[in-house]
Amino acid sequence: MMDLDVFLQHSPALIIATPLLCAFLMPLVSRVHATLRNIFAIFMLGVTGFFVGLLATDVLANGPRVYVFGAKDLTLPLVRILFTVDSISIFMVIITSILAVVAVIYSWSFLDKQDGLDKYYTLLFLVVASAFGMQMTGDIFNFFVFLEISCIASCALIAFWITEGESLEAAFKYIVISSVGALFLLFAVGIFYAQYNALNIATLAQSLQYSFLDKFALILLIVVLGMKAGLAPMHMWLPDAYGRAPPSVTLVIMSATLASFYGILRVLFTLYGNVLTTTIRFDIPLHVVVGWILIALAVISILIGVIMALIQSDLMRLIGYTAVAEVGYIFLAIGTTIAALGAPYATVALHGGIFHILNDALDIGLLFLVAGAIYYVTKKRSLDDISGLARTMKFTTVFFIIGLLAVAGMPPLNGFTSKFLIYESVYQLNPILSIIALLCSILMLAVFIKVLYAAFLGPELPDLKDVKEAPKSMLLAMGILAALAILIGLFPNIFLDTLVRPAADALLNHTQYITTVMGGI
Amino acid sequence: MIQYIPFIAVACLIFIGLYAAMFRRNLIKIVIGISIIESGVNLFLITLGYREGGVAPIFTSLPPGTTYPEQMVLPVVQALTLTSIVIGVAVLALMLSLVMHIYRKYDSLDVSKIRRLKE
Repeated sequence: MMDLDVFLQHSPALIIATPLLCAFLMPLVSRVHATLRNIFAIFMLGVTGFFVGLLATDVLANGPRVYVFGAKDLTLPLVRILFTVDSISIFMVIITSILAVVAVIYSWSFLDKQDGLDKYYTLLFLVVASAFGMQMTGDIFNFFVFLEISCIASCALIAFWITEGESLEAAFKYIVISSVGALFLLFAVGIFYAQYNALNIATLAQSLQYSFLDKFALILLIVVLGMKAGLAPMHMWLPDAYGRAPPSVTLVIMSATLASFYGILRVLFTLYGNVLTTTIRFDIPLHVVVGWILIALAVISILIGVIMALIQSDLMRLIGYTAVAEVGYIFLAIGTTIAALGAPYATVALHGGIFHILNDALDIGLLFLVAGAIYYVTKKRSLDDISGLARTMKFTTVFFIIGLLAVAGMPPLNGFTSKFLIYESVYQLNPILSIIALLCSILMLAVFIKVLYAAFLGPELPDLKDVKEAPKSMLLAMGILAALAILIGLFPNIFLDTLVRPAADALLNHTQYITTVMGGI
Repeated sequence: MIQYIPFIAVACLIFIGLYAAMFRRNLIKIVIGISIIESGVNLFLITLGYREGGVAPIFTSLPPGTTYPEQMVLPVVQALTLTSIVIGVAVLALMLSLVMHIYRKYDSLDVSKIRRLKE
């Protein structure tokens, strides 16, 4: 047990270090043999998963954990970076690890005929490591560094099919938007440092005065992180990038997107946690204003996502637009929580929102993998060119049906519980919002039923006669996501109690975060 | 007044860069715009690093009579700026290589001629 303690103590560092080490060993290992490379990738993710599990059990049992890089004692030139892992961080880290494992298993056969795979795996592991970093760091400048790593690596991955003009275009759009966004995040970091001489999130949260500059920084942070999370009207990059990257890449980019989303949660609930209830002009508290702005943007995202998905003919792009709508649902829940801070249904909304992060990652991920499987066997993207695939691709069809029911929030799949929590709480804030959310969910079901008929049912096309079922590793990857979707759908209470409730409590109880970090100093 | 000049320059740089990145149609000009925004942000960070009465934290060349370490400036923003410059170089190189590939593919750098991902 002695050894486990050492591992546990250093697990925040090891969770980042293992994928980083693996990333830079990849070109070397690839020289030896391609199969060895794949086994090595899965093995290293297994090791990372072991550390994540170790850290998760400890954090969920004993509360937040602080890890110090640099100066241990408090002499004056205090050069150090803190990692702060609480229940919401560990929740996001678990989602990222699931997505990473599935992406690596899927790439095993999905990309078997491509070259440049050593660099592909290097970039993939860099994105994963940076997403872990964003989710665990307690230092706002460190957050910026990991955000930039994830931007650069994801951009290179989006352009993986470099011979296609569209992927280059999507990658360029992504890098322009992300780099401008990241620069404004750095600007906000500068504003904080100018006023408080600190970069640590807990220290900043404690001393935040809510001056004019802080208001400006709040706007910058919400805009930038909202843009990176795919919130309308800054969502344009998302369907392009998701639709043009290989689906295994889409999964890891999704984890980076969710890490930006975690950034918004951290900024709103922890960094500005002390000042959320301050009254601004006309006796309106700050949290009501921020909450309603988020709700408005969320409703626009849901509407744009669903309506644009209706008219798409490219399957991956269609799923990209529904991903925008799903992001809208999460923001709707978070906006409701903030607008109604203190009311009992605010907590329910937060549970729904956090739970929906997990469900969104699983469902949208599953649909992308199915779209990728169709692309792998037919080499076609457009729904007009494929038909009758259910005859030959039986398993893929089943996985697609599971994915579509889960995304539309049908019982007994995972999307139902979280969407139900969201409808229930949003209804108490404003019934109209709840009705819009419900209607868009039904529209989403319609969109995917259309896809089901177009791609899987219908007459068999002559040039798709010799299509085979997708390879085993791809089926396994889809199977893992589908099994998790069913498992969460059947036993939502287990996941709600063990993961979601502690995460929501960690967000709402921001003084615990601050005192843990300050007590650690 | 003179102490505000760097901040005015920062605002000007950021707006010029944003204008170029948003309204220019040439891809290279968009990249230049992002570079200008980056310079603006870096200038902002460096400006914050100035402390009145502080000395540079170089142990071998401390002026006589300085009290250590109270008077020495903790070079945090300088470190941030260095990091940001390094990241900026990587982003710039990646963007330019993408522009290169796009030019090979489409024979044009005009955004309106390249856009295929519209809806």
